[in-house]
Amino acid sequence: MTLFTEFGRYLLMIKGMFSKPENWKMYWKELMHQCNEIGIGSLGIVVIISFFMGAVSALQTAYQLVSPVIPMSTVAQIVRDTVILEFAPTLVCIVLAGVVGSKIASELGNMRVSEQIDALEIMGINTKAYLVLPKILASLIMIPLLVVISAALGILGGQLAATSAGILSANQYETGLLSNFQQYNVFFALVKAYTFSFLISSIPAYYGYHVQGGALEIGRSSTKSVVVSCVSILFADYVLAALLLQ
Amino acid sequence: MIEVKNIRKGFGEKTVLNGVTVTMQPGKCNLIIGASGSGKTVFMKCMVGLLVPDQGEICYDDKDFNKLGAEEKKEIRQQIGMLFQGSALFDSLTVEQNIMFPLNMFTQDTYAQKLKRVNGVLERVNLKDVNKKYPAELSGGMKKRVGIARAIVLNPKYLFVDEPNSGLDPQTSLVIDKLVKEITTEYNITTVVNTHDMNSVMEIGDHIIFMYQGKKEWEGSNKEIIFNKNERLNEFIFASEFLKDAKDMRMLEQTGKISNDRDMDKLLPPG
Repeated sequence: MTLFTEFGRYLLMIKGMFSKPENWKMYWKELMHQCNEIGIGSLGIVVIISFFMGAVSALQTAYQLVSPVIPMSTVAQIVRDTVILEFAPTLVCIVLAGVVGSKIASELGNMRVSEQIDALEIMGINTKAYLVLPKILASLIMIPLLVVISAALGILGGQLAATSAGILSANQYETGLLSNFQQYNVFFALVKAYTFSFLISSIPAYYGYHVQGGALEIGRSSTKSVVVSCVSILFADYVLAALLLQ
Repeated sequence: MIEVKNIRKGFGEKTVLNGVTVTMQPGKCNLIIGASGSGKTVFMKCMVGLLVPDQGEICYDDKDFNKLGAEEKKEIRQQIGMLFQGSALFDSLTVEQNIMFPLNMFTQDTYAQKLKRVNGVLERVNLKDVNKKYPAELSGGMKKRVGIARAIVLNPKYLFVDEPNSGLDPQTSLVIDKLVKEITTEYNITTVVNTHDMNSVMEIGDHIIFMYQGKKEWEGSNKEIIFNKNERLNEFIFASEFLKDAKDMRMLEQTGKISNDRDMDKLLPPG
């Protein structure tokens, strides 16, 4: 299948998601279920990654800042901006592409192969709207929240690592955090978070929804969805940086 | 009434259905039989709208299903129940939640009303104390029965059953066949069964359609099938050694060359 055919089918899937729900209550229930699965289910890994990401970032920045002219509080500034601009949205979303993406692709793939999607279709339910849309909406709600949590924890991790290693005091770190803070960076991080959330959920949903075959194909589609999601995130990251950081 | 008019369906260069025309008898068990690869499953998928035929019409009460709008299609689909080959139960839901799912989606009934309906259909398929069990905890036969219960919970007008006996022992197959037949009669449903099990054909086949290489090769009742003169159909139904024996008996009886000391009536369906 060519890239254009795949992209066309992807767009048709997105278009097919928008129809009047058969029962709003059931769709709401499914949305809440997905918010729990995607958001709460990924919280643990996000907390661990973010904390260590900030800590390592602080230590490595301090290691490279050897000039006596630059104040040590700059470490906090660099950690803050790196975490907000890149680590929290991009790195966390790449990890989530693996965690959430593979889950979405394998769940839908299994439903397709075991004819559960066909069963829903025959009941008269729009499966794209009932199965795919809540996953995408839940990702759009929960992943930006996870990114915000990740940024906060990354900065906190940086502080703990820097102070416990004796690189700088808590006061110096706070001074660095507050100097030259640009709110636009947070806006940029959130734009990235929303864009990546859409990619992380819709690409695996596409691969899972269109699986043909058996267990082997489910595994393949899951892997493919993660690879494509990661590449798409990196590409989108570059495009957004080029467009919004002028 | 379901009418299929001259449908064709192909995948790439391979033609799977080649001009099939059939009218399903209302309130009866309509069986589609044929060897593996004869197009039965594709035919059924076209009928329920999971596949769109390249040509021809699938009419439900004179309405061409493929020419209807999304909302009209939904209305017809809500009159259809289907039991899948692998039962297609939702793994993450209990038996009760599986059966209640269509009720939750399409009715405004209270929980008590829905539960009463669920217990009613579970009782009808002879299942008890399974409400809180998950599909993984059930046997193949029980899964099929839960699948039937889910398919009939909204009182459908049409019931489609894909390979009801696959993976089941002969005794359980018989139970499922009888259940399908009883439900068809009780609920006055038009049932379409896809099978290659000759026991099912003789047990429940009010109207039988034999498919061969994507075409309708023969059509008749279970009383007519045993004395049919179609060579391809005979090859299919007398494939087992036991039935070959029956075929020999029938031929000998018809030609009258030797006397038949076995009772042919036992081979024929009841009635």
